[in-house]
Amino acid sequence: MISSEVGYNSKVEGEVIVTKADAVINWIRKHSVWPMPMGLACCAIELMASAASRYDISRFGMEVMRFSPRQSDCMIVAGTVTYKMAEVVRRIYDQMGDPKWVVAMGACASTGGMYRSYAVMQGVDTIVPVDVYVSGCPPRPEALLDAMMKLQDKIGREPAVKNLTQTAKSTDLVG
Amino acid sequence: MIDDDFVRSLLNRFSFLALRHQTDCLTLACPADSVADFARYLRDEETFDLLVDLTAIDHGETADTRFSVVLHLYSLIHRAYLRVHVDCPDNDAPEVPSLSSIFPAANWHERETYDMFGIQFSGHPDLRRILMWDEYPYFPLRKEFPLAGIDVPLPAADVAEVTGADVDPAPMMGGPFVSPGSGRMSESEPRAKDESWTEETIKQS
Amino acid sequence: MSTTTKEIQVGDIGARAATHSENERMALNVGPSHPTTHGVLRLMMELDGDLITKCDPVLGYLHRGDEKIAENMTYNQFVPYTDRLDYLAPLANNVAYALTVEKLAGVEVPPRCEAIRVLVCEMARISSHLLGMGVFGMDAGAWTPFMYTFTEREKLYTLFEELTGARFTTSYTRIGGVARDIPDGWLPRVEKFCDQLPKAIDEVEKLLTRNRIFLDRTEGIGAISKEQAIAYGITGPNLRASGVDLDLRKDKPYSGYDQYEFDVPIGTKGDCYDRYLVRIEEVRQSILIIKQVIANFPGGLWYAEDAKKIFAPPKEKIMTNMEELIQNFMIVTEGPQVPPGEVYFEAENPKGALGFYLVSRGGGVPYRLKIRAPSFCNLSILEELAPGHMLSDITVILGSLDFVMGECDR
Repeated sequence: MISSEVGYNSKVEGEVIVTKADAVINWIRKHSVWPMPMGLACCAIELMASAASRYDISRFGMEVMRFSPRQSDCMIVAGTVTYKMAEVVRRIYDQMGDPKWVVAMGACASTGGMYRSYAVMQGVDTIVPVDVYVSGCPPRPEALLDAMMKLQDKIGREPAVKNLTQTAKSTDLVG
Repeated sequence: MIDDDFVRSLLNRFSFLALRHQTDCLTLACPADSVADFARYLRDEETFDLLVDLTAIDHGETADTRFSVVLHLYSLIHRAYLRVHVDCPDNDAPEVPSLSSIFPAANWHERETYDMFGIQFSGHPDLRRILMWDEYPYFPLRKEFPLAGIDVPLPAADVAEVTGADVDPAPMMGGPFVSPGSGRMSESEPRAKDESWTEETIKQS
Repeated sequence: MSTTTKEIQVGDIGARAATHSENERMALNVGPSHPTTHGVLRLMMELDGDLITKCDPVLGYLHRGDEKIAENMTYNQFVPYTDRLDYLAPLANNVAYALTVEKLAGVEVPPRCEAIRVLVCEMARISSHLLGMGVFGMDAGAWTPFMYTFTEREKLYTLFEELTGARFTTSYTRIGGVARDIPDGWLPRVEKFCDQLPKAIDEVEKLLTRNRIFLDRTEGIGAISKEQAIAYGITGPNLRASGVDLDLRKDKPYSGYDQYEFDVPIGTKGDCYDRYLVRIEEVRQSILIIKQVIANFPGGLWYAEDAKKIFAPPKEKIMTNMEELIQNFMIVTEGPQVPPGEVYFEAENPKGALGFYLVSRGGGVPYRLKIRAPSFCNLSILEELAPGHMLSDITVILGSLDFVMGECDR
């Protein structure tokens, strides 16, 4: 945050930093992404493993895995999405407040995985817009953490102030 | 003990039974109308009180009896399994009496068999789909149903409207490659068994 | 300073509310996305205040069409799908499936392969029970046992990764053997893990077993009687906690289980607490079995050498000899050739008895494969078990039944 370009001199400016609003807002958002774990199948176990003590996801501020969509920022779709479950995934996505991101964890959530059958939706991006795809069956917790870091980079590049002035998308099922 | 005496006494007592084989466990064939009484006898008199599995087989559209329901029972005393094949009398509207009053475990197994094959179980308290959604119009495990599935609308109409999603047949290109094993060499190359979405066969809709 | 006490009759208000809503039931929908359910299970419940009067489980949210997929794949191509059935103990599923196909094909595997399979099955049992009990504690409100058991599971994952290449979802067995032999130095590492595991289990037990809160939440809740358990087709630790002595490793031993000495814990009351105790004791017995396997580990091959059309020959021979090359080609493209017939085989999985009913019409692809999932049968009792309990008991009951939706829905 403090760079030489700003010419920060604490004796002159006191404890004041001048920067872009986008930078601050994105910095705050990306370091406290609260995931909504949509743990459906085996990938949920790796999600739990990444939240456990060995691959501590709490280092990134993401250990708050409350299963309430109203309180979360990022929906991690971990596992196979069947057509029967699609409605539920979409409804929960709509209940999340803006700004929200989706991580499709694993092969099944990204493209249907090895289940090319009548009951499996070939990728969750048919019903929700996905920001990061993680490959693997299941992806290692390190891969998931790498994906969360990429998500953090993506959040860092967002035009936050411009988005603040936009109205909510009218295509949401829940207002 | 499941020995020859046991088998002989069973066959003598119930004239409608037929012995199919005894390769891995005793396998009997029982007609649909007597299966309830036979199951009750097995549970009460012969200690086969654990219903391990109840499922069905689709023998193909051209077979004489297309569907047969298969039960597996286990006896803790004999420490042995017993398999009963029940042929469904009607190929177009297969129906078999329900065993859920004798074995409560059969309740969900019969719902699943109905869901996958379309076999009706008469006397079942609540025969509805269990694995697919209630309005699904097909029976997936029948042999003529393609693995990739058939185009149907998504179960939730409002989600379908918003997202434009649909229950699409899964893309099978590059699918599991299995060689049929017989026929001419040029035709027995490994290819995806279900070709419901290739240039040669038209996508089912 | 004197305080004046004023008596407030709160009881009247409560009583009035009760009489007012005496016959009003509330419909509550739990799930499918809910932290207390072990996967995507939906419970449509009817409540009378806090008391459950009706509970209708809705499954199928993870139905992926495994049985239909099996009819389109060769026997070896289906092994990864068996991993994802009970995804907490994938190696046990692999072994059960391989044993089924080998039973139909009439293949006898050598003692080393049997010992490897017993070893990984027991390690998978430890892994599954550790997670089951950690999450059971979490459902009852205790976060710490979850963290402790997950740490132990991570050590198991490291061992699995060394053996098979994947942390879980291992796809380790093949028809006629296992994919590769155990690496050097792996057995001593397994032994070291087993030596330090009892201490970790003791810590979890110290936190839960005599914990007043845990006892209050689990004792007497969700009691399943012997007759009920057998009538509903329940198997595994749930059945044994209700007092029925059925363990397929002892009653119908497979893969050399009869060589090892171990006890089978049986419960008395069949409530949630008994199911928890049975699982903890099963972990301790699994440690004993693993130690015995390692002590008497046989040498030799890890695959059936004489299964010509079923197990592919070793790679060195394939790359240099014509006959082995053709054999490998046929097995890979057409699949292991299994004679026509039908077979049913059940293995004692950590969740219960996982059974495969295989109907083959010859060739390398099954005609019909039915997966008898223990979680499907264990869950069927919920409709009868839940009514009469409080709403907050549902989480404890579900946690103690220890089911997995991947297996239940297939």
